[in-house]
Amino acid sequence: MDRRFIRNLGALSREECALLAQKRVLVAGCGGLGGHLIELLTRVGVGAILAADADVFEESNFNRQLLSGTSVLGKSKAQTARARALDINPAVDFTAVEAYLDERSTPGLLPGCDAVLDGLDSIPARKMLARACTDAGIPLIYGAIRGWAAQAAVSMPGDGLLELLYPADAALTDKSVLSFTPALCAAMQVSLCVRLLLGRPVETGVVHYVDLLGEEYERIEFR
Amino acid sequence: MIEVRVFATLRQGREKISMLEAGGLRTAGDILAAMDIPREEVSILLINGFHKRPEDPVKDGDLVSLFPPVGGG
Repeated sequence: MDRRFIRNLGALSREECALLAQKRVLVAGCGGLGGHLIELLTRVGVGAILAADADVFEESNFNRQLLSGTSVLGKSKAQTARARALDINPAVDFTAVEAYLDERSTPGLLPGCDAVLDGLDSIPARKMLARACTDAGIPLIYGAIRGWAAQAAVSMPGDGLLELLYPADAALTDKSVLSFTPALCAAMQVSLCVRLLLGRPVETGVVHYVDLLGEEYERIEFR
Repeated sequence: MIEVRVFATLRQGREKISMLEAGGLRTAGDILAAMDIPREEVSILLINGFHKRPEDPVKDGDLVSLFPPVGGG
């Protein structure tokens, strides 16, 4: 076994580690959530990662985006994510997609993926991604952040979870995010994703909501 | 009485938990109006733990939970 992943053993079986190395996921967005998602997916040993983001890093990203820093100012987020993942695991099959995800670009990325992880930063983009996952029959590991709060869930194709979560008139009035919020959310998403990929029990249609300011955890069922 | 719990940014200028007289409150939307919470600032609305809409009825003894949209990344 690759020594990089030796400390995964115990929490995961040898067979589960081998299974993760066979899995392929799409990470939508390489920013606050996406950077942490890619880091955690790579370190847990997922074998193939597609990561999509059309943006380049700017200084306003530094407070929360793991992959951002002075050395990569103006550089592609997707390509920076690729370099980071290959530095951790040279064997990872990593595809950097320098494109915005929309109705035209997304469907072509989904065939062959076992799951999609949501690292997008707007409600309309998330709803688009959920529709594309439903059309392709692929589970979406939803995650979203705001200020001190994070929420994550497994949305199965056709469950309409994001339409329930975001009524048509829901509006984001505050775009602030602290450094630890995307780290927490990505950790919840990747732990859900790993269980899903391994066929371990995982509840779908349940939103896990954590408020780090109020020190609260809520489990919200959408059924 | 109807117990109303608000979360995250909805707590700005409001108590975490409010007890409202049930009289005159027919729907969850009436609660939003009574608490001066615009509908677009509520993403998840639960009545007794179940996901509901502002149009849905409320009654004495209910627990209503309100969460703002969380949509960044």
